[in-house]
Formats: sequence, C-alpha cells, structure tokens
Amino acid sequence: MLELSSNRHNPGIDPALHAWGWEIPVYLFLGGMVAGLLVLGGFHILKGRNDPHAEAYPWAPMLGVVLLSAGMGTLFLDLSHKLYVWRLYLTFQPTSPMSWGAWILLLVYPALLLAALLHPPETVPFGDAVLARAKVWSRWLRMRPRLVQAIGAANLLGGVSLGIYTGILLGSLGARPLWNSAILGPLFLFSGLSTAAAALHLLSMLSKRQVKGQFGDALLGGFFKLLDPKAGGEAMLRADTSFLTIELGIMALWLLGLLTATSVHREAAALLLSGDYAPAFWALVIITGILTPLFIQTAELSGKIRHTAAPAVLVIIGGFALRWILVSAGQTSHW
Amino acid sequence: MSRLAMVIDTALCVGCSDCVVACKTENNVPEGYCRDWITESVRGEFPTVGLEIRSERCNHCTDAPCVSCCPTGASHVHDFGGVVLVEHDKCIGCKACIAACPYDARFGNPEGYADKCTFCIHRVEKGLLPACVSVCPTHCMHFGDLEDPESEVSKLLHSRPNHTLLPEAGTKPNVYYLTKG
Repeated sequence: MLELSSNRHNPGIDPALHAWGWEIPVYLFLGGMVAGLLVLGGFHILKGRNDPHAEAYPWAPMLGVVLLSAGMGTLFLDLSHKLYVWRLYLTFQPTSPMSWGAWILLLVYPALLLAALLHPPETVPFGDAVLARAKVWSRWLRMRPRLVQAIGAANLLGGVSLGIYTGILLGSLGARPLWNSAILGPLFLFSGLSTAAAALHLLSMLSKRQVKGQFGDALLGGFFKLLDPKAGGEAMLRADTSFLTIELGIMALWLLGLLTATSVHREAAALLLSGDYAPAFWALVIITGILTPLFIQTAELSGKIRHTAAPAVLVIIGGFALRWILVSAGQTSHW
Repeated sequence: MSRLAMVIDTALCVGCSDCVVACKTENNVPEGYCRDWITESVRGEFPTVGLEIRSERCNHCTDAPCVSCCPTGASHVHDFGGVVLVEHDKCIGCKACIAACPYDARFGNPEGYADKCTFCIHRVEKGLLPACVSVCPTHCMHFGDLEDPESEVSKLLHSRPNHTLLPEAGTKPNVYYLTKG
C-alpha cells in the first residue's frame, strides 16, 4: 500500500492537472481539419484536375484560412501571458513541438492563401475590386504550371506537418502517460483528414452542387480518386472508408501500446477503456464518430439507403470529441 | 561546472512547513499557491507501516522536460549550478511546461507566467542558502554542489541511503531524500 497526502493545493494543478481548458481541444480540432483540407487541396492542385466530382476542393483553402484563423484565435485565448506572444517568433526551439507548430502555422497561411488564389470565387458580397485583382493574380499564377505545382506541394507538406504536429504536441509530454506516444501524430493526421473530407462534403451539399450517387467522391473517396482517377467501383468503396478505417487501426495500436507498457500507461488506457472517460470515448469517438459513419456510408454506397449528410456530421462530432476527451483524460493521467 | 542539489533527511523532517512559509515570504509567492510543500508518504501493510515526511519542490532535473518543451526558451537551465529557471518576460503562458512536469511542480502565476522553485538562486549567487534550507528547525535540509566531492551534499549521498522522486520518469532529479536505511 502506498498512501500520499500533501498540503499542496495549487489552482489548476491539484487535485488533478487542469492546465488546458476548452481552447486547446478546439484548436487541435480546427488545426487537424485545416491539415486535412491542406492535404486534400494540395492533391487537387498537384493533380491539376478539374474534376466535377470534386467541386468542393477549390473551397478547401478558403475554408482552411477561416478555420485556421479561428484556431489560432483559441490558441491565443489559452495563453495566460498574452502580451508576450511575439516571443514565439524570436526563436526556434528544435526540441519543442510547440515551437515547430508556431512556425508551421505561420508558413501554412501563405500556402493556403496562394491555393485560394488559384480558385477565386465568382462573386463576393463585398470587395468587388479586390476580387477583380485576385482574378488577375489567379490568371497569372495559373499560366505558370511549375508555380502551381509548388503551391500544391506546399499545401500537401504543410498539411501533413500541421496534422502530425498537433498529435506530437501531446505525444511529447512524457509526464502524461496517456499522451506519451508518437503514434498520436498519425492518429491526429488521419482524424483531421476524415473531418476535412466531411467538412468539404457538407460544404458541397450546402452549395447544392452535390450530385446524387457521388457521395463517396465528396466525403472520403475524392482523395483517392485524385490519386487514381481511373479507380473503379470496388476501389472507390475501399477509398471511401480508408481514412476512418486507418484512424480506427491507429487508435487500436495506440491503446495496445499503452496496455502493453508500464502500469501507469495501463492505468492511463483504462481511463478511456473502462474508467471515467469510457462512456464518452466509446459513445462519441468510436461509435458515433467512426463505426456509425462507416456503416451508413457502406449502406449508401451499396444503394441500400438514401444519401444524407448524417455521416459527415457524425465524423465531425467524433473528431471533435476525440480531441476533447484526449486533452481532458490526458491531463488526469500521471506517473 | 557546478551542479546544485538539495539533500533532505527524511529521518529528521517533521513536516512543520517552516520551509513552505519561508519560501512564500522570501519569494512573495501569491496567496493560495506554493513553490514547495509537504508530502506524507505511508507505505507497507499494518503493522509494518513506514512513514516518510518530505519537503518537496521542483527537482531541477538534469534532463528537464519543462525546458525541452518550452517554445520560447523562457524555461532554461541557468549557467550557475544547472538550476532550472523561468524568464518571466519570455514566458507566453502556454502551460506546456506545466503539463510536461511529472512532479506537477509548476503552476501558473496569476500574473500569467509559469512559476516554480528557483532554489532561491538570487540568494545562492550571493553565497546564501535557499530560504527553506536556512530556516529548517531540524536541520534536515542541505544544499550544495554535487560536482564537488568534498561538499556536504556529496558526502551525505555517499554515506546514506537515498532516493529521488519518480526516477522511472527519467528526468534525473537533483533533489535527494535520505532514508534511515
């Protein structure tokens, strides 16, 4: 038996660590979605396709700019010494994932804006003069295929970096056993890809461009269709489920790693599998966010049920719940 | 290069909290917060139960995760004695260091920056002992340079059984606890 009693009662530390509130999970969710949008948009640009099945992709960079700005806003709100935020950009600390992230966020902005410039909207509510100028620049850019390819590559690399960094940010904090795994990087990347694809799907539905029967293209399959435009029906079905399936597989590996490590890591995994966070984890992340969308989508693709926006909404709920639960549960896990 | 360390004799510590009060007074620690604290650890099964009373604080780890995760370099290892410090004007209050510490030794100062024990470096650089060490009524706390084999702390660690907190976390703490052995 080991019983510890302490007279320390530091706010935010005791009885359990609560350093990060709502701002960080919101940022991680938005950052992950932007990472997915960058990757999907980057592939779209690199392939140079004007695919009618992927009409939502030109919107990816603009949606990304909005979401990234919102995410950076929540990051700023989380800082408790806000006036010194500029200190982030006077240095580069190679051992700090947060320092990497600060610079990645800064570099992602121009990549997103250049990608948005490649596909300016037809009309905007305000600023016709700006739009006209943007269209001039857009034509100038599109006449330079190598520059367009470079923008696509920058979006793709920026997206992968941003997506992985959000996971590594938590994974590098060894004091919190639940987070202490580098596999959180790929997990957050694929979760970000699935939420981004879902967001694009919703966007295309809102813009009333969604074509019945091409749900797979818009939700998840578009990414792989861009990779292989000649992909057939069976390949398409695999592509539709790929991001979520990979995410589920990575999550299983992550939990397996914790369960086969030290006792503190097993206790951390138990928080999600059978402990205080288990109901939310199973209900919101696994069932709502992954298994149900996979099931509905498969049924939709086989023509058994009518296509709806439900899977996309569920994927987004699941992606957000994953970050929220992970940040909360991770802070309570300790050595 | 020196390596400052604290050695605390748990056989003498009575948990009076004088060290806590001295630290709060010396360092003007905000009300409701503390940089050091008393932990009572009870181990074993009745009737063979052992009690260890410890004065705990930042361990000024040699491999400090709070330093490596800091995005601005505000958390740093001081040139003198390898003491881990926070430069307030560089800290942005991201709280990564707070989450990175396996000892939960850091906290967010109400003014916004990350706060923790400094080994009273402002006193040590003047040749004085840390406030907590200087007031201890049982003289259970010792402070000095581990790189000097003739220092009091080096001799104590060589002559008495001792342990650090959470050595399995791999941070190489520089606060040691002497046990009865």
